[in-house]
Amino acid sequence: MKQYVFKRILSTIPLLLIISFVCFVFINLIPSNPAEVALRVRQVPIITEEAIAEVEAELGLNRPFLVRYVSWLFDCLKGDFGISYVNPSRTVAGELARCLPATLQLAGASLVLVILLSIPIGFLCAVYKDGIFDKVMRALVFITTAMPPYWVGLLLMWFISIKLDLLPTSGGGSFAHLILPAFTVSLSYISTYIRLIRNNMLENMKQDYVLYANVRGLPQKVILIKHILKNSMHTCIVAIGMSIPQLISGTIVVENVFAWPGLGTLCISSIFNRDYPIIQAYVLLIGVLFVVFNLLFDILQTVSDPRLRKEGA
Amino acid sequence: MTPVLEASHLSVTLTVGKKRKQLVKDSSFAVYPGECLGILGESGSGKSMTVKSMLGLLDQHFSITGKALFYGKDLLQEKRETLRAMRGKDITMVLQNPMTCFDPLYRIGNQMAETFAAHTNWSPQKIQEESLVILERMQIQNPKEALQKYPHQLSGGMLQRIMIGLAVALKPKLLIADEPTTAIDAITQKEILDAFLEIKQEHQTAMIFITHDLGAIAKVADRLLVMNQGEIVDEGTYSHILHHAQDRYTKLLIEKRQAVMGRYQQVLGGMI
Ligand SMILES: Nc1ncnc2c1ncn2[C@@H]1O[C@H](COP(=O)(O)OP(=O)(O)OP(=O)(O)O)[C@@H](O)[C@H]1O
Ligand SMILES: [Mg+2]
Repeated sequence: MKQYVFKRILSTIPLLLIISFVCFVFINLIPSNPAEVALRVRQVPIITEEAIAEVEAELGLNRPFLVRYVSWLFDCLKGDFGISYVNPSRTVAGELARCLPATLQLAGASLVLVILLSIPIGFLCAVYKDGIFDKVMRALVFITTAMPPYWVGLLLMWFISIKLDLLPTSGGGSFAHLILPAFTVSLSYISTYIRLIRNNMLENMKQDYVLYANVRGLPQKVILIKHILKNSMHTCIVAIGMSIPQLISGTIVVENVFAWPGLGTLCISSIFNRDYPIIQAYVLLIGVLFVVFNLLFDILQTVSDPRLRKEGA
Repeated sequence: MTPVLEASHLSVTLTVGKKRKQLVKDSSFAVYPGECLGILGESGSGKSMTVKSMLGLLDQHFSITGKALFYGKDLLQEKRETLRAMRGKDITMVLQNPMTCFDPLYRIGNQMAETFAAHTNWSPQKIQEESLVILERMQIQNPKEALQKYPHQLSGGMLQRIMIGLAVALKPKLLIADEPTTAIDAITQKEILDAFLEIKQEHQTAMIFITHDLGAIAKVADRLLVMNQGEIVDEGTYSHILHHAQDRYTKLLIEKRQAVMGRYQQVLGGMI
């Protein structure tokens, strides 16, 4: 078991290297010259060739590509992601740290919503298959998967905040501000998981162990919750784990719709300002999150399944 | 003598969309106290369907008509909860695929305990003791350890014996074995058959023994039904059926069996 975990962790190292490299290459492929951007942002009145060369030297842009990649990688490992081009008094790490809590709050609230809504709804849909509840939910699932989140966000804002005046339209800080964006982010995940849990449960209901549980005269509650739901959830564990980084990265559009002061807003404004170090660090962070959560939940699934877990190890 | 179970004009129809398919056709039979009734038939002939329908194990797509009297009470008219309370206690079943019949996520001890908890008000200690008694009776080595095992850590034969042990634990009035030897290797098959013979001799439990193996059924069953395509086509004792089979399908089964036996004796004869 320990050996498996260790091997699994080691195997992610090459993956992380590839991600960092791709991330670095893509940012460097952007056609505009970062030195020029830095100058423009610092409001230097006349941009001369010498000024550009000077800034290139200052930012280390005149060194060969691979040298720049390696030095950037080592800086990243030390937690130093560079300095914002736009605002040289701020470090990239500082900017990310400033915006991360708001995004985590939003993603966390969305995750809670996803779990609290999709498990009971998926469960009830499977238990009352083809009943009214199941049919209504299936229609809703169908509709919500077809709608893009920013549009749902705008609709909710229009209806709940403007028409009914129940919740604030935008901004952050309070619980009331959190509800609409969290719901918007989680909506498509709720649909996905309702479907996944419903189908997993229906699949499990056909298994021999359910027939035998009925043969033994176990109460329906025990069969449905202890056996069928647990087995169905089991196959969802990895999917839910992979949804966490997706939720974090998926907030990018919704944060902008609701002016939520998180990473997504920071990233979009950095894209408009051509603030490369921040974009680079953001992309890297999201990539690393995907790898880490994949690893974590893979291990978790192995540990929680008696068939995969080796006794006494 | 009142039968333990008496099915009369039992029919099971499956409706999918507009299509209707009759899986069991107007079956009537009875099982008497202390008797073992064998049901013989090839795969898909409706053997499992017949017993499942009487125990309320089919979903709403199947419609059931006729009567299934258990000591005079019609099981088909009982409430779901009443039937549930009877299953696993008064009427128990042993299924075909021991490897897939236990929930892979729970230990054997846990799954035995939940069965007792559903039918008795025993304390956890009493449940633990009874579980050990069952495993010992079914000759499972290291019963204490076996309780802590997950299903995938035990062999098919062991799981099958645990299933049989659970089926007789609460002194049922009727034990139904649905092809209990089909999914197991030949040596274990003999042990499992012996276990049934022992139950029959010691407890005189009424039994229904379903199989498509004429050899197995000859050993345990007192009387036979032969099913083909949802219908009962022959009925009688083993030797009666052997000599007076009415149905083409039954005759075919017997011929095949005799051919096998003949070759077996030839080989044995050649060796001696
Ligand atoms: N859930 C189901 N849905 C549709 N048809 C079914 C279902 N279960 C069984 N059947 C059909 O009912 C018929 C009888 O099945 P049954 O399980 O009673 O056969 P059996 O005699 O027990 O065979 P086996 O030896 O394979 O267990 C078969 O033709 C099968 O195709
Ligand atoms: Mg069958």
